[in-house]
Amino acid sequence: MDQFLQSIFGDTILTHVFMSVLPLLFLLVCAVVTIYVEMKMAAHMQDRLAYMRTGWHGTLQPVADILKLLQKEDIIPASADKFLFMLAPYIVFVGTYAAFAVLPFSSSYIGSAVDLGLFYVIAVSALVVVGILMAGWASNNKWSLFGAIRSASQVISYEIPAALAVLAVVMITGTMSMNEITKFQEGGIQNWLIFGGPLPIVHKLLLIPVMIVLAVVYYVCSMAEVNRTPFDIPEAESELVQGYNTEFTGMKFAIFYLAEYANLFLVSAIAVVLFFGGWSSPFGSFMSGPWWSLFWFSLKGMLFVCLNIWLRWTLPRLRVDQLMYVSWKVLVPFALVCVVLVGAIMVM
Amino acid sequence: MIETHHSQPATSRGTTLRTEEMILNMGPQHPSTHGVLRLELVVDGEIVVDVIPHLGYLHRCFEKHAEQMSNYQQVVPYVDRMDYVSSMGNEFAYVVAAEKLLKIQVPERVDYIRVIMAELQRIASHQIAIGTYGIDIGAFTPFLFLFRDRERILDLFEEACGARLLYNYFWIGGLSHDLPPGWVEKAKAFCAYLKPNIVELNGLLTYNKIFIERTANVGVLPKDVAINYACSGPMLRASGVNWDLRRDDPYSVYDKIEWDVCVGRGEAGTVGDCWDRNIVRVHEMEQSLRIIEQALAMLPEGNVQAALPKRIMPVASEAYARTEAPRGELGFYIISDGTGSPYRIKARGPSFVNLSVITEISRGAMIADLVAILGSTDIVLGEVDR
Repeated sequence: MDQFLQSIFGDTILTHVFMSVLPLLFLLVCAVVTIYVEMKMAAHMQDRLAYMRTGWHGTLQPVADILKLLQKEDIIPASADKFLFMLAPYIVFVGTYAAFAVLPFSSSYIGSAVDLGLFYVIAVSALVVVGILMAGWASNNKWSLFGAIRSASQVISYEIPAALAVLAVVMITGTMSMNEITKFQEGGIQNWLIFGGPLPIVHKLLLIPVMIVLAVVYYVCSMAEVNRTPFDIPEAESELVQGYNTEFTGMKFAIFYLAEYANLFLVSAIAVVLFFGGWSSPFGSFMSGPWWSLFWFSLKGMLFVCLNIWLRWTLPRLRVDQLMYVSWKVLVPFALVCVVLVGAIMVM
Repeated sequence: MIETHHSQPATSRGTTLRTEEMILNMGPQHPSTHGVLRLELVVDGEIVVDVIPHLGYLHRCFEKHAEQMSNYQQVVPYVDRMDYVSSMGNEFAYVVAAEKLLKIQVPERVDYIRVIMAELQRIASHQIAIGTYGIDIGAFTPFLFLFRDRERILDLFEEACGARLLYNYFWIGGLSHDLPPGWVEKAKAFCAYLKPNIVELNGLLTYNKIFIERTANVGVLPKDVAINYACSGPMLRASGVNWDLRRDDPYSVYDKIEWDVCVGRGEAGTVGDCWDRNIVRVHEMEQSLRIIEQALAMLPEGNVQAALPKRIMPVASEAYARTEAPRGELGFYIISDGTGSPYRIKARGPSFVNLSVITEISRGAMIADLVAILGSTDIVLGEVDR
């Protein structure tokens, strides 16, 4: 990809600008599609039609929503900490978007093929917590503060089992580069890490149950990290009004919203890279290539987004202490045991 | 002021660590205060140390209005607006009290239609209670499933009396309209339609693991406390008190119909917890269907209006009648001074009384639990404030 861009623009700043803007375009399209899919899925689960008037089957509704948010008055509460209040949504968005830099969208496009890709993702997405805390604190609203504090404790607790699940994958592949992990799983569905990866058959059979547990652990953690039901405690509507973003209006609110959907795709994409072969085709070399790999990556990512939406509109919400219980007393022990097992199997 | 003898906050349990308490204002504009209730919370982190309810945001002077009416019939539309999600139940209580005052007997057909309507209303009211309770716990989908079914009930009401929310259907000595042709068949079809949907609701919400975790052993209301605070309705029955006015102080034709009184058994946790209050409502929906089916089968032909003088003039006297409304004991105390308009009408609303126990059962709970407890009491602020 960067060779292609260089052939157009030469070795100028434009090449890098284009390279970094591409995921943003993808993300905007993805967010609009996800908002639409979520509304429609939720509606059909609930015997409703959702919006039907704006465009064919309401397809233009997300655009209308964005236009509406653009026109909204931008209110900053009189007693808010103005600087932090203005900065918070951008920190949240930057934390999410920065992680897109190392996502391998296709076999020929990755924003930055750093060797420590996974490590970078875990580190940079922790920025989101800072933004949420800032938002909650700066709003000068007790409900917002509750939301922010809940969010901080939740995201930090769930990063531990998630990191352990990631660690197990790194132990198998021997690399932290997202692209290398994907290449490791090339060659068809049987080589995906959820099915033990391209290892000798004995290793594979032993790894499958462990990897399934790890995938579930990672997926549960990812749901908690994006603050969605059953882990939507930071913005629990019936308890905390709207949580940390209660006081935000207009584009600031829209950016929180965008960051939520970007984050949703991000965690799904990471799950895809870690366990489901990233951009590689499930049929080996059939239907592979740069465009096909973009297709597979988006499709797999969206499937997990849809799974998340399905769960969101089915399950009730946990309580704060139950959330902590699930993290520390269920997920962490399971993840730890799995990491030890993966180590033992790999040494065998 | 702040009493913490019931349950010590977790933070001060066994440690010397002291944290500062914070006053948090919940409502009157808050998504889960079910209207315009304001709760002043004293919280220690996430733990509720004390709850002080502040009422009156929806006060509409019902009792004063009633005194200004030129006749007894004109009070009915005001009664509708008390507990606006169970208007039929309110009308039932008022007309029973007024008829007791006037010492008149209504035709049998009227009694059966009233029972059918009141039980349909009970189902519709419990559907809102369970649905909004699901939202309080974070499950949105059951709410819309229940609303879909509730629409069918409202369609039946609309066909019978022309209104979908505030009916003005029960009149003193009768009803405003007889049932339209074909209504009975539609009501029977509805009963058959709803039964499998209650099973679906139980699978989706009532027996959901997370829902049980959130509601079982939360907000336990012991039997004696429930009685001391004069709780009634599902709130009282969930605490294990076998008390239902339809059976224990029968009015209308409830004594001719067979059904079971649902009592909380502590299936998921302790007797009288939030889950019990919810399951009692679910079972009551099933029992109401039983009552409706029997009443539809027994429905006699006849007139729907008793012979009454054009202007109702009761002798100077007083009467109190109580009925089992969806939320509990709804009573009307009417005093007549011998003129056409009521001298005084006092309403005893179940929501108001049930709300009073919230402070008692919320101390030591978490904020999320408080939302669960408040939702399980199923208050309607229109009736709390009247």
